[in-house]
Amino acid sequence: MAIEPASEIRPATLAPEEPGGDRWTLNFGPQHPATHTTLRLVLELDGERVLSCVPHIGYLHSGFEKLGEHLDYNQYVVVTDRMNYISPMANNIAWHHAVEVLFNIELTPRCKVLRTIIAELARIQDHLLCVGTAALDLGAFTAFLYGFSEREDIYDLFEDISGARFTTSYTRVGGLMQDMPDGWAEKVKAFCRKLPKTLDDMVSLLNRNRIFVERTKGVGYIGHDDAINWGLTGPLARASGVRRDLRKDEPYLCYEDDWDGKGSSAVQFKVPIATGGDVYSRYLVRLEELRQSLLIIEQLIDNIPSGSVNVLPNDKKTLPGKDEVYFSIEGLIHHFEQVMTNRGFTPPVGESYGANETANGELGFYFASDGGRCAYRARCRPPSFINYQCFPKLVVGHQISDVVAILGSLNIIAAELDR
Amino acid sequence: MHEATQQVISALSEGFSDVDFSPSPLMDRADGAVGAEQIYVRVPADRLLEVMRFLRNSEACAFEQLCDLTCVDYLNFPKATDRYGVVYSLLSLSRNHRIWVKCFVNDPSPEVPSVTGVWAGAEWMEREVWDMFGVRFSDHPDLRRILTWEAFEAHPLRKDYPLRGRGEREDYEVLTRESR
Repeated sequence: MAIEPASEIRPATLAPEEPGGDRWTLNFGPQHPATHTTLRLVLELDGERVLSCVPHIGYLHSGFEKLGEHLDYNQYVVVTDRMNYISPMANNIAWHHAVEVLFNIELTPRCKVLRTIIAELARIQDHLLCVGTAALDLGAFTAFLYGFSEREDIYDLFEDISGARFTTSYTRVGGLMQDMPDGWAEKVKAFCRKLPKTLDDMVSLLNRNRIFVERTKGVGYIGHDDAINWGLTGPLARASGVRRDLRKDEPYLCYEDDWDGKGSSAVQFKVPIATGGDVYSRYLVRLEELRQSLLIIEQLIDNIPSGSVNVLPNDKKTLPGKDEVYFSIEGLIHHFEQVMTNRGFTPPVGESYGANETANGELGFYFASDGGRCAYRARCRPPSFINYQCFPKLVVGHQISDVVAILGSLNIIAAELDR
Repeated sequence: MHEATQQVISALSEGFSDVDFSPSPLMDRADGAVGAEQIYVRVPADRLLEVMRFLRNSEACAFEQLCDLTCVDYLNFPKATDRYGVVYSLLSLSRNHRIWVKCFVNDPSPEVPSVTGVWAGAEWMEREVWDMFGVRFSDHPDLRRILTWEAFEAHPLRKDYPLRGRGEREDYEVLTRESR
């Protein structure tokens, strides 16, 4: 079946234009709390109705891809923290997943389980903020506070495991910075017991809240074919009925069958799909993904395999543990072999692409490697950037207050948008 | 090579018998690891649009989504013959399958046709490549810089652009409380 060519997105609410009305131009951002971060829109309005919208981005451009050509595969992980800073762990994992595709490293089972748990915690962290602010932007403050209170617990969990709440930099090539501390699994379990109550509270606050529903239903519509054509991924695409989730379609970590080499099956979860394509559907999809993420964590947290979190250091791809570095000459030599600027990684020459399903969609890295210790080119496929470009089409015809609702539902993180 | 990839490549060479696609893996791996399944085809710039339309619309290919569009500056790359490689990463959702298309262009005026008419989502990605690499996209509806500002002249992701810039910061007047 041939696919129809690209079509123009027209929201159903767009009335025929009346010339000579009360036209004016509004500069929205770059510093406005409802723009979430530093991004700017120039809106042409007829009264309060949006006639056209031109987004201006780049306020936070800091050359992350250029830096990627000058930092080695372990150093760059600190830059990924600063991309989508709502869920930095997910970026860490996505970066090193792509690096491991390039190096062709198979992780240890323990590392895979820990990374999967953390990736799902990061998804919960991201979705809680997005669901909360979607409500906040529409004036519902309570749901936002409920979400933030739970995010706080995830920050505590991340602090326990990585030493930092925000800029975690937790992954390393072929493993993790350190193993999880004693008792961490219990804390995760306690969190898993607590979260469903909060989600139920959010549901009862919002799902049938008349103001919330009327402000979100039918707003910011994008259909199935347009969502694909505009390159949307993640919850945005799934809210428009696109059945795609990298965790199912191109499985990695514990989403893959036989991940431990002993025949374990992949974690069980469902991929929620909505067909509404509007702000309300995006909210519902994220809400259901929160519950599915909890299910994944609960399947894994009791059966974390024993063993090392790093692949064997003999191949000189992973850093040795600090104990070895400080107390053995071999470890010290190995450490210097890894970190000195004239030594370091020896990836194969060529190009590769690795992608993860993060909370916002497909976060992938395309590497060109000339065999040196740093990537020759480290392209980031940022979901925010690609999801945001259909924004002008979504808001045209809506009221100015809907602009805020739609922006919140896209969950744009400007640091990732501009990189 | 993956079965679906094989199908796409035979469809391509049937449809365009005069173009040398020379399909090859993004990375040559002796052990047939993950990267060996990532196949790219080369397409000359003057045939790009036709080939892309075919890849999207033909039944055998059905690449509904342009997953990513980027560029690599091969200035210092080992054994590279062309300067810029515009890399299209195509994704077929119905077949759950990817392919990469590379289009090589050179100085002094690197230019490839825009694929915004094929995939609407190419618009900002092409603007980004223009901004960062200075590769022009002909027939692009709105080819402005996207991440840097309009007055900026360089293309910072080119390999001959230094990491710390060329002192562009100094060209701009510092506004103090008094000068406002």
